[in-house]
Amino acid sequence: MVTHAAYMPGTKVSAGSVLWSWITTVDHKRIGQLYGVSAFFFFLVGGIEALIMRLQLAQPDGTLVGAQRFNELFTMHGTTMVFLAIMPMSAAFFNYMIPLLIGARDVAFPRLNALSYWVFFSGALLLHLSFLVGAVPDGGWFGYANLTSAQFSPTQSIDFWMLGLQVLGISSLMAGFNFIVTIINMRAPGMTLMRMPLFVWMSFVVQFLVVLAFPVITVALILLMFDRFFGTLFYAPAGGADPLLWQHLFWIFGHPEVYILILPAMGIVSEVLPTFSRKPLFGAPVVIYSGIMIGLLGFGVWSHHMFSVGMGPVADSAFSIATMLIAVPTGVKILNWIGTLWGGRIQFSSALYFSLGFIAMFTLGGLSGVMHASPPVDLQQTDSYFIVAHFHYVLFGGSIFGLFSGVYYWWPKMFGKLLDERQGKVHFWLMMIGFNVTFFPMHFLGLIGMPRRIYTYAPDLGWGFWNMVSTLGGFVIALSFLVFIWNVIATTRSGAPAPADPWDGRTLEWTIPSPPPVYNFATEPVVHARDDFWVEKHGDGHGTPPRKASPAAQVDTASIHMPPPSYWPILLAGALFVMFSGALVSIYQVVGGGLLTFYCMIRFMLEYHHGKDMGPDVGPAAGGHH
Amino acid sequence: MRKSLLSRIPTALLLLAVALLLSSCGWSMWDSPMTTVRPKSGFGRITHEIFMLMSWWTLGIGIAVEAGLLWVCFRYRERPGAPIPKQVHGHTLLEVSWTIVFALILLIFLIPTIPAIFKTQEAPAATALRVDVGGRQWWWEFKYPDLKVVTANELHLPAGQTVAFNLHAPDVIHSFWTPQLGGKRDVVPGRVNRITLAPDEPGEYPGQCAEYCGMSHANMRFRVIVHTKADFEQWVAAQQRPPVQPTDPLAQTGQDLFSRSACVGCHTIAGISGGVLGPNLTHFGSRKTLGANLMANTPENLAKWIENPGHMKPGVLMPDLGMRGEQPKALAAYLLSLK
Repeated sequence: MVTHAAYMPGTKVSAGSVLWSWITTVDHKRIGQLYGVSAFFFFLVGGIEALIMRLQLAQPDGTLVGAQRFNELFTMHGTTMVFLAIMPMSAAFFNYMIPLLIGARDVAFPRLNALSYWVFFSGALLLHLSFLVGAVPDGGWFGYANLTSAQFSPTQSIDFWMLGLQVLGISSLMAGFNFIVTIINMRAPGMTLMRMPLFVWMSFVVQFLVVLAFPVITVALILLMFDRFFGTLFYAPAGGADPLLWQHLFWIFGHPEVYILILPAMGIVSEVLPTFSRKPLFGAPVVIYSGIMIGLLGFGVWSHHMFSVGMGPVADSAFSIATMLIAVPTGVKILNWIGTLWGGRIQFSSALYFSLGFIAMFTLGGLSGVMHASPPVDLQQTDSYFIVAHFHYVLFGGSIFGLFSGVYYWWPKMFGKLLDERQGKVHFWLMMIGFNVTFFPMHFLGLIGMPRRIYTYAPDLGWGFWNMVSTLGGFVIALSFLVFIWNVIATTRSGAPAPADPWDGRTLEWTIPSPPPVYNFATEPVVHARDDFWVEKHGDGHGTPPRKASPAAQVDTASIHMPPPSYWPILLAGALFVMFSGALVSIYQVVGGGLLTFYCMIRFMLEYHHGKDMGPDVGPAAGGHH
Repeated sequence: MRKSLLSRIPTALLLLAVALLLSSCGWSMWDSPMTTVRPKSGFGRITHEIFMLMSWWTLGIGIAVEAGLLWVCFRYRERPGAPIPKQVHGHTLLEVSWTIVFALILLIFLIPTIPAIFKTQEAPAATALRVDVGGRQWWWEFKYPDLKVVTANELHLPAGQTVAFNLHAPDVIHSFWTPQLGGKRDVVPGRVNRITLAPDEPGEYPGQCAEYCGMSHANMRFRVIVHTKADFEQWVAAQQRPPVQPTDPLAQTGQDLFSRSACVGCHTIAGISGGVLGPNLTHFGSRKTLGANLMANTPENLAKWIENPGHMKPGVLMPDLGMRGEQPKALAAYLLSLK
């Protein structure tokens, strides 16, 4: 049996064994860091793609890139930002923070967790191999049929996109089930659902959205795969099919996906605001219920992406009403956040700046979203830059601001170093100004008729000025992230070590050292209230005095059983990669990869089923959750 | 005590943003040829009225929320020595009230929206002028079935006349959009979509495909030319005539070249060829633009186009036919003679 002591920091080890320890780790914190680093890397890749597009569009008749390259850029920018940046950045927080926030030692299925990461890695790799082969996906992140058919996209570009997304979907589904089981089963004693931190709640809703929405895109992609590889006619009008079938399936997935991208950020904001206002979240149950409502209604509004396809007035009306309804719980949340600040003692940390930025920018994105909930209005706005402005206010102004609030908030816990607050605020203001200069003018561009996804435009349309402004703003955003990267490098090398509780926090993660030991909690915490740690330190403010922290029980931490590392997750993910990439090479590779996958699955399952090892491995582990 | 510069940033930015937004109402950019906010049809006005209603409300709500957020941050900023604030967990009545207020505001938007949805999708009157629109990679075909006229990329309409468009796509999904005349409608293969518009006044209104449709999506442009009734009838009469016979020797060479080469496989010129894959060229010389509203229809541009179409428009389906030297010039002379 391997104990955690084998990869405790501080001991001198060779580079090879460090690498080995990372690729075989099943520790939720290390997997969280792997997700975080990968997500930030792809965020930069997607950002560079965006900057190239902005340079191309800065002036009419731009000549920096051609039509084909531009179409590849917007396809990969969208796909990368959605699947390889925002989702895994959220996953980084799910992985690292959920067990800490609920007082657990790890997730329910640590090896499955590692498998999710390595499958994500395979999918990202497969998608980006298209650059090496020179067949970069060019059908848009939404890949509308029948443009993606073999007839209209004869190269392998769409195959890379379709297979890459399929692999990424497997990763998301596994992670979704893992976190549902973790949140239901592994909460510390006393942590009832209504005492659960808001970030865990919003993540919980997100996991249900993932496990319900991803099967739809999986099916849609399988049909596309059959069309492209085996000549079926699921989306082919020539065979009597309706290509709108793809749009319905895609948006039944795609709209919940929007909430998969935004709800984690909402959860982060709901943790950060109370901490820095020194007040509980205003109307926490309402914030929870509205999060659930947003998740539920999110499955009933998909066709508002399709008001121009000719669904007829009855369907248009129904989807218009449902879409407007979703604005109610969203608006309620915003006022509850402001209510949290109201009457507080607000400490302006970098983390709080980003949360305030989230509220300020997400509000604008929400308001423009209400505008195109009206189908007649939407007929002018859909597929124009007005929509590009809208969803960047939601996904950048919302998700990215919220996620970076989480980065500044939890960085000390995750890495044991305090980020520089002053540089954090410079990052914030540059990003805030750059973001608005880039994306606000896109509202104007949309209203004066600029369609999306065009690589060039004529000079006589009056679009040049705002496009130039927008491009300049894009570089201010880029500059803001250089400040962030510098902040990370400088503080990692010589920053102040973080105390366990740098912000006077309210939740369980602040009760343990920064960074936490492998086993997280030496003894299992017992929870008496929401914001339990705050109540312990300051009392509940309604007469109950601060609790005496119970004297730390003497625990022999070396005896805490933690799951040992395993190389089967990365091998299984590798086998899946061989199988899926085989679809681009030869049927023999698919079959070989399939057999290899099957073999790895069996070994993965049987890893702990050798009879003779049963005894010590399932021993009475201190604080184990089973 | 003087406040630090940093603490003034948010207020200054908000004031600047509000000033910019309010002054933007008077900007000349709204008169762009593809503007959506200067509607030139009944359809456009219905849309625009709801848009303006929503704009004012959302602008007001947006300013209120942003200003409120800033005020709360300023009012409750941390002061040295301040005690731990009162631990307020919520206020049910307040939360219920603002939920209801949000629902009521949305009702204000829905009340004009629902009738407008039905109004803008009404079946056209029998007297409407019928136009069949063909969206193709990457150009537009316009057929007037009752007038027996077929043209491409330049749509001629009479002012004040209701026009019923039937939208067809033989290849992939496109979207038919002339911003000044109203909203867009997707052109979907395998089904016939409809949209009904009635342009108010004569003028030229650029339009463009609004659904990503492949390599040259950005170059799938067109223009709507709205005439007075009399001018429109004159245009129709000209289009209904058979093509003129060229008199100029260069054009005659061009005609000979056209009828002997692969051009005839894709293009129709009445009395000469019957191809239907590319635009109908019977009265090509009467068009102002070339390549789906990409450039002026001049002999130089046209000769360059014929010599290497892919160079002018990436991915274009018209192949390089190997026309070199005098050949493109002769063809250009012939095609431009087809007034």
